[in-house]
Amino acid sequence: MNPMGGFTAQFAAAFLITVSLGLVSGSLGTVMGLLLAMSKSSPASRFKAVVTAYTTVVRGVPELLIILLIYFGGTIFASKVAGRYVEVNAFTAGVIALTVVFGGYATEVFRGAIAAVPAGQTEAAKSLGLNAWQRWAFVIGPQMLRLALPAYGNLWISLFKDTALVSIVGLTDIMRVAFVGAGSLRAPLTFYLAASSLYLSLTTITLLSIRLAERRYPALGR
Amino acid sequence: MRIRLAIALSIAGLLAAFPALAGTEKTISIATEGASPPWDGTDENGKLYGFDVDVGLELCNRMKVKCSFVAQDWDGIIPALLVGKYDVIMSGMAITEKRKQQIVFSNPYASGFNQFVVRKELGLDAGDTKEKVNLSTVGDKEKAIIERVRSNLSGKAIGVLRSSNSEAVVKQLLGDVVTIRSYDSLDNLKLDLAAGRVDGGLADYFTWRDFLETPDGSSAVFFGPELKGGLWGPGVGAGMRRDDAELVEKFNAAIDAATRDGTIKALSLKWFKADIAPALSK
Amino acid sequence: MNLSLMFDAMIVLPSGIVLTLTLTVLSLTAGFLLAVPLAFARAFGRPSLSLGVLAYTYVIRGTPMLVQLFLLYYGLGQIEAVRASVFWLVLRDPFWCALLAFSLNCAAHTTEILCRGLLSVPKGVVEAAAALGLKRLQIARLVTFPIAFRISLPAYGNEVVGMIKGSSLASTVTLLEITGMARQLVSSTFAPYEIFIVAGAIYLALTTLAVKATQFLERRLSIDGHPTRRRKVRFRPGLPRHRTTTPVP
Repeated sequence: MNPMGGFTAQFAAAFLITVSLGLVSGSLGTVMGLLLAMSKSSPASRFKAVVTAYTTVVRGVPELLIILLIYFGGTIFASKVAGRYVEVNAFTAGVIALTVVFGGYATEVFRGAIAAVPAGQTEAAKSLGLNAWQRWAFVIGPQMLRLALPAYGNLWISLFKDTALVSIVGLTDIMRVAFVGAGSLRAPLTFYLAASSLYLSLTTITLLSIRLAERRYPALGR
Repeated sequence: MRIRLAIALSIAGLLAAFPALAGTEKTISIATEGASPPWDGTDENGKLYGFDVDVGLELCNRMKVKCSFVAQDWDGIIPALLVGKYDVIMSGMAITEKRKQQIVFSNPYASGFNQFVVRKELGLDAGDTKEKVNLSTVGDKEKAIIERVRSNLSGKAIGVLRSSNSEAVVKQLLGDVVTIRSYDSLDNLKLDLAAGRVDGGLADYFTWRDFLETPDGSSAVFFGPELKGGLWGPGVGAGMRRDDAELVEKFNAAIDAATRDGTIKALSLKWFKADIAPALSK
Repeated sequence: MNLSLMFDAMIVLPSGIVLTLTLTVLSLTAGFLLAVPLAFARAFGRPSLSLGVLAYTYVIRGTPMLVQLFLLYYGLGQIEAVRASVFWLVLRDPFWCALLAFSLNCAAHTTEILCRGLLSVPKGVVEAAAALGLKRLQIARLVTFPIAFRISLPAYGNEVVGMIKGSSLASTVTLLEITGMARQLVSSTFAPYEIFIVAGAIYLALTTLAVKATQFLERRLSIDGHPTRRRKVRFRPGLPRHRTTTPVP
C-alpha cells in the first residue's frame, strides 16, 4: 500500500511548481544581478550606493522575513504603483521574493567576477575601438561569466532550497504538500523524507549541470 | 549611460508586468485554514473540505455568486484579508472584539465551544467534562472551576494555535503558571501531543473529538469543562473587510435564511454529529 | 505605516535576540567542533571515510534546513523507539531539537569550507614541517589547520551570517526567538508590515556585526599585505620591525 495515498500525485504537481518557481526567479534574478553588477562596476555609477544598500539588506535579512514582507506588502505596494487594486498571488509573491534574494547575491557574485577580469582586457578592447556594449558582450562578459560560474552554481542550489520557505505563504510547493500531508495523515517521517529526496534530486541535477558547464567553459587563462 | 537606461527600462518593464498578472473575472474568494477538521481540512488530493467549506458553498448558492476556496495559514489569515488576498474568511473564526477592530463579521453561522485535552499518562482528574462554563459571565462557581484547572495544569506545557483565541484565553487564565507553545497549525499540535512534547492543549471541542478517536489521539483525554464566551465571543462568523458592507449584508441574509430552513443544522449534524447552528434570531 | 506599532515592536522584539544569539552561537560552536575532524577525514582520510563524510555533507547541503528541522522534530518524534530511548530527553525539547538540527546543518557546511581550506594548504609547507621532524598530529595542529583556517575565514564568515538568518526557522517549532516574537506580535496586532520591517532591521544589525567581526579577524590573522599596516597578532612571536626601503608590490 502506498503510505502517502493521493498525496503522491500532489507531490508530482508540487515538484513542477517548485521547479518553475526556481527557474523563473533564478532567471529573472540573473538578469537583475547582471544589470546591477554592470551598473555597480561602471566607474561613474550614481546607483552604486543604492545597489550596495540593496545587496547588504538582502544578504543580511532572513529569506523567511523577505518572503513574508513581499507577500503582505507586495499587494499594497503594487496597488499603489498601478493606481488600482492589484492581486499578487502566492506564486507571484514567491517569484518576486526569490528574485529579490537571488538578484542580491548574484549582483555580488558578478561584481566580484567583473573585478577579477584584468583591467588590461578593457583597455585592449577600447584600443580596438569596441564600444561599451561590445566590450561587455565580447570581452568582459564571457570572461566574467566563466569566473563566476562556481559561485553562481551555488546560488542556484541555495535558490532551490529557499523555495521551501515560500510554502508559508500558501503556495502548494513540495514543502507545503509535505506539511499538509504530514499533518493530515499524521505521518511526518514519510512525508518529510519524501520531500528531502525530492529536494536532493533537484539540487543534484543543478550541481551536475553546473559541473558540466564548468568543464565546458573553464575560466580562461587558468 | 546606456546601461543605466537599460536598467531603468527593465525595472519599468517589471512594474508594468504586475497589472498583467491581475485582471481575472470577479468571483468571491473565501479563505480557510484547511488544517482543523471537521471545520476545515485538506484531503489527499489537496482539495479543501469541511463544515466551513460546505456552509460557504451553500451561502454562495443562495447569494447566486461564484465562490472559490483558498487555503491560508492561520497566523496570516487576517492580514492577508486586509491586503485583499481574498474577500472572506470562513475558518471557524470566532467573532471577537479584538478582531472586530480590524475586520467585520457576519452574523454567527455556528456557535462552537472549546475544551482542554491533556495526556492520559499525567493522570489528572478531568472533573466534569460536560459542565458548561461561559467566560463572559464569571461567578463564584466559575471561579472555583477555573482555579481547579489552574492548579491542575500548573507547570505543564500547553499547546495552542498561534494567534487563536485559545492562545489568548490560555494567556489570560493560565499565562503565569503554564508554558505556552504556539503552533503554526493544529495538526502540528496534535503531532506533538501524540509525541508527548506538550502536556495538553486548548482548542475547539470538535477538532479534539475527531482527533481523540484516532490511534494517535488515544493518548489524550478531555480535561475540564466546556468553555465558551469571554474572548471567544458570541460564535463563529464569516470575516470580511470593513469597506465591504454590502457583502456583509448579503452574507447575513443568506446565513439567516440557511439557519431558518435548517440547512446549517443539517450540515452541522453531517460534520460534527451535533447541532451547533446559531440560535434563531426573531 | 504605523509608527507607534513599529515603536512597540522595537521594544518587544529585542527580547528575542538572546535566544537567536544562543541558538546561533551554540550551533556554530558545536558545528565547528564536529567539522574539524570531519574536514580532516574528508580531505586526507581513506577513500571510504572521505566518501562517508561527503555523503553526509552532500545530503545536508542538498536539502532545505526547514525540511531537516521538521524531519528531526516531527519525524523522529513519531517513532515509538525514539520516544523510549534516551535521545528523547534531547529531542523532546524544542530548543535542543532545533539546536541539534542547526548544529548538524552547520557542521556539514563548515566541513566543506574547512576541507577546501585544508586542500589548498601548499604542499611545501607540510613537507617542510615534516622535515623539521614534527609528528603528523603536530603538523595538523600547528601547520595545516591554522593555515587552512585563515584561507577558510571569508567563507566561514558567510556561514556565520547564514546561521544567524537560519535560526529564524526555530520559530516554526514554537521557539520565541526574534522571528517567533515577531509572528506572535503580528498575531495580536494584525500588522505584519511594520513588525517584520523592525525584525528585519534587527537581523541586519546582527549580521552586519558578524560581517565586521569576521573582517576584523581576517585582518588580525592575515599573513600577507603590507607589514607595517598589518596588525601584529598577539599569539605569534613579534618580528623585528624593519623599515621597508623597497615598496612591496
